[in-house]
Order: sequence, then structure tokens, then C-alpha cells
Amino acid sequence: MLHIINKSPYDRPALDSALATGEGSILFIEDGVYAAVKGGAEESKVKGAQGKFKFYALNVDLDARGIADRVMDGITVVDYAGFVDLVAQNKTCQSWL
Amino acid sequence: MATKKFMFVNRKAPYGTIYAWEALEVVLIAAAFEQDVSLAFLDDGVFQLKKGHNTKGIELKAFEKTWGALEDYDVTKLYVASESLAERGLTADDLAIPVEVLSRADIGKLMEEQDVLLSF
Amino acid sequence: MKFSILVSEGPYTHQSSDTAYQFAKAVLSKGHEIFRIFFYHDGVNNATRLTTPPQDDRNIVNRWSKLAAENNLDLVVCVAAAQRRGIVDEGEMKRNGKDATNLAPGFRISGLGQLIEAGIQSDRLVVFGD
Repeated sequence: MLHIINKSPYDRPALDSALATGEGSILFIEDGVYAAVKGGAEESKVKGAQGKFKFYALNVDLDARGIADRVMDGITVVDYAGFVDLVAQNKTCQSWL
Repeated sequence: MATKKFMFVNRKAPYGTIYAWEALEVVLIAAAFEQDVSLAFLDDGVFQLKKGHNTKGIELKAFEKTWGALEDYDVTKLYVASESLAERGLTADDLAIPVEVLSRADIGKLMEEQDVLLSF
Repeated sequence: MKFSILVSEGPYTHQSSDTAYQFAKAVLSKGHEIFRIFFYHDGVNNATRLTTPPQDDRNIVNRWSKLAAENNLDLVVCVAAAQRRGIVDEGEMKRNGKDATNLAPGFRISGLGQLIEAGIQSDRLVVFGD
């Protein structure tokens, strides 16, 4: 399953909810990309989950927020074409609004 | 018409926003289309099911009557996350209708089996 | 593959409509088909033709209308959500005794059944919202 997270982890616990439901791929978009930042409070949570989940972040949302240079290791940066591929490759997707 | 497994993922509290109410309207249509419908309540979504809503003072329609309608439409697969209840000081006895209480991980497994996941 | 998209927020206040639009364009660029784009909750506000955004800002409503026209897309606005929020076509104007319409080109107002049908007929349905 593809989990799409668009909210900052400091604003909403969407990432926690996604991590609690199992495994799959997590794509950070919009304000969700703040979870991908090195050195933030969420870093150990994301790194800890890298065994069960593959993590991705949308490039244009990282760029817009000036954080493309500080994405933590283990997160694959994708463009919108990559976003489409992720949806195509997963039978369902859950948007953690 | 094909039958697909639709799961409605409810994570928002009632009344503060319209999402919970308008989500229910979609549930009833999906049931009318004879789809395989289930509802998952996680995070603040569990508050939607709490007994004893009295909305006269805020002049919004209360949820409780609509839960009754679900049964008329054969929508009986309602799952509530145990962790979400516990975090919010609730038990299944606080809820207005019978539900199946599952861990978030087990709800996640059910989500994997769906054809369509709708979040509001 | 057939995709459908649910847009649950209106223009400008949330990034959802922008993201949904960029996603829709990418779906088409990759050679997939879009079965339907359904607008619900405040998403119906993407369908008013009366917006006047600043000249140097993107025109979200017009962008949707243009994408629909160029790619023959089915943009559907939920009738119940539209009634609540004042998105009106000719039929709704007459039915509900309103004195104006405001539906933008390329959109049509219809029931929630169109969303369920989109789920049934599509291989993938992606939700963009808050």
C-alpha cells in the first residue's frame, strides 16, 4: 500500500498513524516533506521505520520549502512522474489527511 | 455492475469540520450501489461514534441517527482502532453502535485488502 | 491504467488542488487515462468561474477548465456539496430558485454516485485533501 502524507509531523500525527498500520511505501508531499529533514525530531522515527517502509519525498515540495539539501539518508526523492509510478505500482493508496 | 471493496477511513472529529458528516453521505451512496463497504475509525474519528451527542446548542445535525441507517443499508463492517480509543479515554461501551475493535496494525491489514480507500 | 482523482479542498487555501492538478498532468504525460476527477467538500469551490486571482498568480479554476478541454476530462462537482457552498449551474439555478449560475467551463454537477462509479471503473483512485 502507498501511504501519502501531506501534513507536517509537527502539525498532525498523520505519520504516526501511517507507521502504526503496517508496512509499504510512504510518500511525503506538500507540508509532509518536513518529515524528511535530517536532524529534526522525526528523524529517528523515520529511520527506525526504514525496515518496514520505503520512504519517498516529492522534489518540488522539498525545493519550495528550501529543504532539498537536507533530506535524510534512506529517502528517495521523486518527481511527479515518480509519484504516478508509485500509485501505479501499489494496489491501493491511503491519503493520511 | 462490478463489486469492489470500498473502505472509508474516518480520522476526524465530528462537528469541528464537515468531513465526518459528508463522508457518511458517500458511505450511504456506496452501499446503495451495492459495493462491499467497510468503515475504519482511527485517531479522532472514534469521537464520531461516541454516544450521547447533543447538538442542539451548536445547531448541527447529530450523527447518532445516521448510524442507525447504516444497518438498513447492510453496512455492518465497522472497525475502530483500539489505540485511538485508549488514547482518548474511551471504551467500546462509550460508542453508539456495535463495532469491531482492532489494533491499528490489524486495521492496516484490512486496508491492504481493499480496492478503494477513501479518506475525508 | 485508469486513474480517478478526488479533490477535497478548494483553490488557494490548501495546496491540494495544485497537487491534484500536477498529478493529473503527470498521469496523462505517462500515457495513462483519467476516468474522472471528482470534487467534494470545499473542493467544489474549484468550479466557480467568478474567481479573480492576482495577475501574477496561477489561475486555478481556469487551469482545470483548460486541462479538461485539452484532454477531454470529466470534471464532476458533487451536487450536495455544491448546493451547500453555492456552486450553481442552469439546472440547479432553476431547481433551487437562484438568480445566477457560476459553474466554470469543463465542470458538471452530479451526484456522489459518480464518485463511487469512479472507484469501481478505475484502477487507482487518489485523494487530495486536508
